[in-house]
Amino acid sequence: MRDTGNTPKIKDKQGNTWLYSDVVKEHFFNPKNLMPQGEEDKFEADGMGRVGSPACGDEMVIWIKIKQDKIIDCKWQTFGCGSAIASTSVLSEMVLENGGMKIEDALKITAKDIIDRLDGLPPNKIHCSVLGDQALEAAIEDWKNRFVVIPTEATRGSEVEESL
Amino acid sequence: MFPPKPKNKKLVYLDHAATTYVDKQVKVAMDPYYTDKFANPSGIYNIGREVNGAINDARKKIAEILHALPDTIIFTGGGTESDNLAIFGTVYKHQEKGKHIISVKTEHHAVLHPLEKLKKQGFEITYLNVNKEGQIDLKELKNALRKDTILISIMYANNEIGTVHPIANIGREILKWRKENNTAYPYFHSDACQAAGVLKLDVEKLHVDLMTINGSKMYGPKGVGVLYKRRGLNIEPMIIGGRQEMNFRAGTENVPGIVGLAKALELTQENKEVENKRLIELRQYFWEELQKNIEKIKLNGSELGDESIRLPNNLNVTFLDIEGEAMLLYLDEYGIVTSTGSACTSGSLDASHVLTSCGLPYEYAHGSLRFTLGKCNTKEDIDYVIKYLPGIVEKLREISPVNLKVKK
Repeated sequence: MRDTGNTPKIKDKQGNTWLYSDVVKEHFFNPKNLMPQGEEDKFEADGMGRVGSPACGDEMVIWIKIKQDKIIDCKWQTFGCGSAIASTSVLSEMVLENGGMKIEDALKITAKDIIDRLDGLPPNKIHCSVLGDQALEAAIEDWKNRFVVIPTEATRGSEVEESL
Repeated sequence: MFPPKPKNKKLVYLDHAATTYVDKQVKVAMDPYYTDKFANPSGIYNIGREVNGAINDARKKIAEILHALPDTIIFTGGGTESDNLAIFGTVYKHQEKGKHIISVKTEHHAVLHPLEKLKKQGFEITYLNVNKEGQIDLKELKNALRKDTILISIMYANNEIGTVHPIANIGREILKWRKENNTAYPYFHSDACQAAGVLKLDVEKLHVDLMTINGSKMYGPKGVGVLYKRRGLNIEPMIIGGRQEMNFRAGTENVPGIVGLAKALELTQENKEVENKRLIELRQYFWEELQKNIEKIKLNGSELGDESIRLPNNLNVTFLDIEGEAMLLYLDEYGIVTSTGSACTSGSLDASHVLTSCGLPYEYAHGSLRFTLGKCNTKEDIDYVIKYLPGIVEKLREISPVNLKVKK
């Protein structure tokens, strides 16, 4: 049979055809800043955020290192579909470019920023980018709890809940 | 990183349960009815009568295979339309006799969604459970039967995990109930779209009153289906207009489609013993190779037996710790075409209702791939998949933070 070409075409069950953008494909097929298996502890992260669960279909973990007010390193692992993997990968790139993003700016990253940077996501994949954004927030929250304020169980619980 | 891309990428099509290519002989049979024999079969002039004759030949051929009379064969616009006509057509016509319907949790959406609509209209639906192999319990069916049950709809074979339901036994139970209760109800419908090219279709032995078949799963054309409707059973037409199809389905007939469907059914039924055996062996080889080369995988559905328990071409496997759509997209890059029960490829973002109804945890359903083999597949195709799939799985597991324990 003949060659199918290189562009993966996906059709959802409503019959809408859509294509992943080249940026999504690049990050999906060549993920950036991936946390290698077994090196999680060696990385000595200042903050770690985990959102979603495999039962929901997506789980993302982001590890960050912080120096003064900047994120100087960021690694991730994702269980999920193509756009979930691409969303986390592109987010790590956004955070690390130009010598690292200031924490206050990182907290301002929205799902829309991730989608724009990916050159768009199909409508039913928007939640993937939302999860990336939440994982980064959770990682920053974790860093704050560990190094900035002394957390009590009560405040920690409510803050985490809010950030999710 | 990922396994290097092949120099000679080939297309390995492993999604025959989604649809099949049209057999060359089928296409040859259809060809004259596009340009040469184009007339409207309702026309009483010579060329119209000729085309009408082709439709009736097709009807007779299909009726013979089903061991039925020609006027029980209604041509429709596909499997979904046949399912809709069987369900809505029957219950709207017979609702004075009762408003209870029995079906199964793992049916196709072409059955489940009409039933959901009927529920909103005041019908009561009982959905039978399935065990981990996707099989129903006849006792549960017997217990669900009521005096006001008017319709039972149970698929012949499941599209996702290939489970074959014992339609003949179910049909006998229903006959027994009718006799004991001195009633003509409930009627029995079976969606046989996945089974049509593979299993025996004798409606007398299956004891069905209504049966759905379509062209596009058995190397026939898309957009054409059959609803077998037992003589004497009256149903309400859903598409109203001209008097085609004994007044049960209006609209000028899809003549090439009808001719093609009949040819496809004839060819697949003729070759089914040989082809089933070949596919069962090929599937066994595939499964053994997968087990040899990839850790942490689980077979979904029943054990790999013969066509009495599982469709010969169906292999549904969960790869733990990774997600189905990601696998599907990577495989596509290597020319390997599959499908998944993951939420990500469904419009609703829900994992496969079939896999979860079988008791599979969501995280397992999300990591499932369905391979459905067919006529074009050879051992070389399987070897090609085995060359690339283990590396893809390994890479995606490197990306994944999940490390599940294997549940048996």
